Amino acid sequence: MNNSRHALTGLAAVGDGDRSFEVASKGTRAVESISTATTHGARDHARSQAGQRAEFQPTIPAAAALDRPPGVAAEDMLWEETVEPGNYTARVLPRGADLRLTDLAGDTCVQLLVFNAAATAERLNLPDTVKIQWQAYLGRGALLLSDMGRVLLSVREDTTAGHDLFNAMSNQARNDARYGSGSVHGAAPNARDRFAVALSKFGLSRRDIGPAANLFKKVIVAGDGSFTWHGDESPAGGQLLLRCEMDVLVALTVTPHVLDPRSEYTVTPLGVTAWRGAVTAGDDPVRLSTPERTRAFENTEDWYLS
Amino acid sequence: MSTPDVSTPDVSTPAGRIVYDEVVAARAPWSRVVKAGETLRIVDLEGNQAVDCILYRADDPVERYSAADTMTGQNNVYLVTGTRLLSNEGNALMTITGTTVERHDTVGGACSRESNSLRYGHHTRAQHACVENFVHDNARRGMGKRDVVPNINWFMNVPVEADGSLGIVDGISPPGGWVDLRAEIDTLVAISNCPQINNPCNGFNPTPVRLIITAP
Repeated sequence: MNNSRHALTGLAAVGDGDRSFEVASKGTRAVESISTATTHGARDHARSQAGQRAEFQPTIPAAAALDRPPGVAAEDMLWEETVEPGNYTARVLPRGADLRLTDLAGDTCVQLLVFNAAATAERLNLPDTVKIQWQAYLGRGALLLSDMGRVLLSVREDTTAGHDLFNAMSNQARNDARYGSGSVHGAAPNARDRFAVALSKFGLSRRDIGPAANLFKKVIVAGDGSFTWHGDESPAGGQLLLRCEMDVLVALTVTPHVLDPRSEYTVTPLGVTAWRGAVTAGDDPVRLSTPERTRAFENTEDWYLS
Repeated sequence: MSTPDVSTPDVSTPAGRIVYDEVVAARAPWSRVVKAGETLRIVDLEGNQAVDCILYRADDPVERYSAADTMTGQNNVYLVTGTRLLSNEGNALMTITGTTVERHDTVGGACSRESNSLRYGHHTRAQHACVENFVHDNARRGMGKRDVVPNINWFMNVPVEADGSLGIVDGISPPGGWVDLRAEIDTLVAISNCPQINNPCNGFNPTPVRLIITAP
C-alpha cells in the first residue's frame, strides 16, 4: 500500500527532496507548530500532546477521579472511566471493591462478563444465577453467581428500571443485518467481537465468551414465554452498585440491546467507578437473605481459606 | 449403552433410514456427530426424564449452541416445534422438527456438584451431575469446562411466572415422549442423561433414554 502511494506522490526515490509537505497534507497534526521531519521533532511533537482530556478515557491515576463518591478517600479509588458507545473495557478488581455503573445520559446498555481472576475457568453462569435464586430478574440484593457455586458480584443498590439475563449479545452477523455493518472498526461494533479482543488481553479467547448480563435495558418474560421490551424506562443518572465478592475480572461492552427496536445504532456512554471496600461480613443482610445465598457466600469464603 | 430393550414403551418409528439406535443408560454421558440432514430423535422412555444437551459445530466447536441467541431469535424462552437452535454466531445448528411434548427448557442450565450445594445443601457435593458428564465427555475431544455453556434441557419444565419466580417443576413428558432434531450443519451433539435426584426434573428417579438417528 505504501509503495503505491509513494509512487503516486513521487516519494519512491528515498532522499528525494523535502517530503514534509506530502505527509502533512494528509491531515492536521496535533500540534501544528512542531515539525515532525526529524526523530527529535517527532518526539517533541508526540510529547507535546500529553495532558489533554478526551470524552472517553480512564482517569489515571484513579486517585485523581473527577467524580469521587462521597466518603471515599482518594487513595481508595481503583477505577474511573467513561466508556464510549460501541466500545469496551475490562479490568481486575479485588474482593470487597465496590463497582458503580452509571447511565450517564439515560440510554446506555451494557453487556457484562465476570470471571474469577485467579482461575478464569470459573465464570458468570446466568442459568445458575436465575435458577439458584428462583428469580428471573436482577435487582437489589441479588447475586451474580459463578458456575462453581460462588458469588462473583452482589447487587447493593439499583436505581435503574431493570435488566435482562436472557437475551443474546450482538454478533457480526446480527449487526451486519441490522445496521449494515457490525465490524469493530465500523460505526456499529458488535459485542461478541469486542469481547474477543477484551478477553484476549487477559489470555482468554472466543471460547470464553459466555452469555452476558444485559444491564440497563429491562426485558420482561410474558406468560407465554415471549419477551416484552421495556428498554426505554431507565433514567439518566441511573446507577447499579455492585460489590466484588471475589477477585474478579470484569469485562463489559457498551452496545445496543439486541431487542432494541430502533433502526439506528443507539447507545449512550457508561460511567464506571470502582473503589476499595471491605469484604462482606458474616451478618450482611444480603448474605443472610436466603439459604441459597448464604451457602453461595459460604462457598466463596471457603475458597479464600487457603 | 445397549440395544433397546423390547420391554421399553413403543415409539412411532421416525421416517428415513435408521443409522443409529441405542439406549443411553440413566446418568450417562453420550456424544456423536449428527450429519447435516440427519435427524436425531430423543425418546423419553419412561417419562419425566430431563436430557441435558449442548451442540457444537462439528468442524469448529468454538461455534456452539447459544441459549441466549436461540431465545432472542424466536423471541421466546420456550423451545417448541419449529425452534431453530442457534449458535453464538447466529447460525442454525439444528431445528426442532417435531415433538410430542408441549415445550422444552433452555433457561435452567445444567446441574453441577457446585450448584447442587447451593440449591440443596453442602451434603450433595459428592453426587453425580450433568456438568461432570459434559466435562468428562469434552475431555475426550480436547475440550473442557470452558466449553460447557448454558444448555438445552429436553423434557424439562421451567415456568417463568409474572413476578419473575422461576424454577424446575414436575415434568410434562409422558413415557415414550420424543423430540426430533434435524441437523442443519454437521453438529456434535453432547448429552448428559441427567442424574439429578434432588428436584422433580427426573421425577427423583433418573431413567434411560433412546436415541435414534435417521438419514433422509
